[in-house]
Amino acid sequence: MTTNDAELLEAMMLTRAFEEQNRALQAAGKAPGTCASVGQEAAAVGVIKALGKDDLILTNHRSAGHLLARGAEPGRVLAEIMGRSSGYCKGKSGSLHISAKELGVVLTSTIVGGELSMAPGVALALSMQKSRAIVACVFGDGAACEGSFHESLNLAAVWNLPILYVCENNQWQAYVHRRETMLTEKIAARAAAYGIKGITVDGNDVQAVHAAAREAAAEVRATKKPILLETYTYRTWGHYEPDDQSYVDSKELTEWRERDPIEYLKGRLLARREIETREIEAIETRVKQRIADALAFASESPFPSAAELATDVYA
Amino acid sequence: MTQMTVNDAIGRALAEEMRRDSRVIMFGEGVATKRQDLLKEFGAERIRNTPLAEGVIAGTAVGAAAMGLRPVIDMLFAPFLCYAMDEIVNSAGKLRYVSGGQFSFPMVVMAMTGGGWGVGAQHNHNLEAWFAHAPGLKVVMPSTADDFRGLLKSSIRDDNPVMFFTDMTLGYTPGEVSEADGAIPLGQAAIRRAGKDLTIVSYSKAVHACVAAAQQLEGMNVAAEVIDLRTIKPLDEATLLASVRKTGRLLVVTEASGLCGVAAEVAALAAEKAFGALKAPVARLTGPDAPTPSSHALEQAYLPTAEGIAAAAKKLVSAGG
Repeated sequence: MTTNDAELLEAMMLTRAFEEQNRALQAAGKAPGTCASVGQEAAAVGVIKALGKDDLILTNHRSAGHLLARGAEPGRVLAEIMGRSSGYCKGKSGSLHISAKELGVVLTSTIVGGELSMAPGVALALSMQKSRAIVACVFGDGAACEGSFHESLNLAAVWNLPILYVCENNQWQAYVHRRETMLTEKIAARAAAYGIKGITVDGNDVQAVHAAAREAAAEVRATKKPILLETYTYRTWGHYEPDDQSYVDSKELTEWRERDPIEYLKGRLLARREIETREIEAIETRVKQRIADALAFASESPFPSAAELATDVYA
Repeated sequence: MTQMTVNDAIGRALAEEMRRDSRVIMFGEGVATKRQDLLKEFGAERIRNTPLAEGVIAGTAVGAAAMGLRPVIDMLFAPFLCYAMDEIVNSAGKLRYVSGGQFSFPMVVMAMTGGGWGVGAQHNHNLEAWFAHAPGLKVVMPSTADDFRGLLKSSIRDDNPVMFFTDMTLGYTPGEVSEADGAIPLGQAAIRRAGKDLTIVSYSKAVHACVAAAQQLEGMNVAAEVIDLRTIKPLDEATLLASVRKTGRLLVVTEASGLCGVAAEVAALAAEKAFGALKAPVARLTGPDAPTPSSHALEQAYLPTAEGIAAAAKKLVSAGG
């Protein structure tokens, strides 16, 4: 086992445990619902762990995996979701638009496609600063139906902007299946229309995602040209908690759950004897402790005072 | 002081600010084509043409501003802003707050508005009230060449997103422009003419009709005070209220339609904070709740005229005690 694989596994397990904690809090009425990324942990972790420390991230409302993989403190993310002042955005974001400047998570949009329209500007600034860093812009297949997707890729291609566009094709656009809204199977095919490279990778195989993302990031860095990387995956929880998923085809859901990205990696590493069960158990214990600590931190954090209502509006 | 048109004053402000601060960049549809002087002096990295894609033009400004650049974008005609509402309202206006103050958005969105050119409803719409209603944004709408230069300079230096509207008829209007740095702070109204009998409040092109009306009113022994707001947001409440308290009568004139507009806000402000001084109900003279017509005859019919303003002022002065 390489350290790398263990790191990927632990980051995925941390994200899953975090989402499970969120769901429990919502069910108990202690936090608002969130847009979870369960089933997409490999897509999120594989890409984010492929970035350099100066690279910047723009993401969307299903961001827990991106934030945690980037090194965000679970307690501060949870505090944000619970509306506490110790959250990354002082409790003003909630779960939907968390950004963390200190982690290079610049701007998170919950307007689907908002992150796509902002990405060229962030990349332009990097380019004018002669930085080697690139921008990873993460969005879903829903955003790929927005006009901003087309405008953004076209502008980035024409202006030679260093953007790794990452489409997490999770098959769901809120409560609508992707097959109802697009005839193409692979979103990466659209890259050709803008004269850039498009790649699709199995989004439930974290090692494959990680390798593809590393290669794509290196190419974006070297060529200063955008690339569209599609991680083909599945959102196994609903759109927003609570969601009974009564609208989901149970056969399809079962098939994808059998391809759970965490179990998939565990199984492969165990089969190849690259990890031992006790190591996995040790990771589980660590993750459990981190989530317990996070919950304690967030629960003990104060709510913002009412005086904060109209601060931070203007510079 | 030098004589120049409003358009030249805008060009001068842009050049001076780009010279002063290397973080200032400008892009939009045809910007590099039409501002050859800026392209020549500052290069293709800082002056850029874009595709016809208003949403991503505005979004790119948001991303660049978050990273410390100071973008100025030219969106051409104000109705095109509808394509960029998400980026301007939901991103530029809200993300500072949503991020708990982690990011600032120092950007200027320029657009043309105003009747007189017969360009019709989808090229002309006075939208300033929409943006004044959106938290996080500032709204500037000058009336003179010197103000265009001075207020654009301050808008570029401001750390917030600023909507900067140019009435397209004013673009070719000449005026005196100062030689000095000349930045004019946002949020300060100008008293164009002093008077004791009533206060006429306006902004942009309509200010000139108000001043002409005040001249006519003088012949009728009515001394009108004309206030040019210059900045819709922040609004200079102090100048406004001091004038209303002095004259006791308020007429608000806008080219934009009246419903939920800037005139309504100014009227409400006077009612809330200077009611005791009012000698007559506040009056509004605004455009109709109708799209802008293209026919010159119809277009002229909705613009506020000096005669119409003078008549409304006269009525107001005769109405109260």
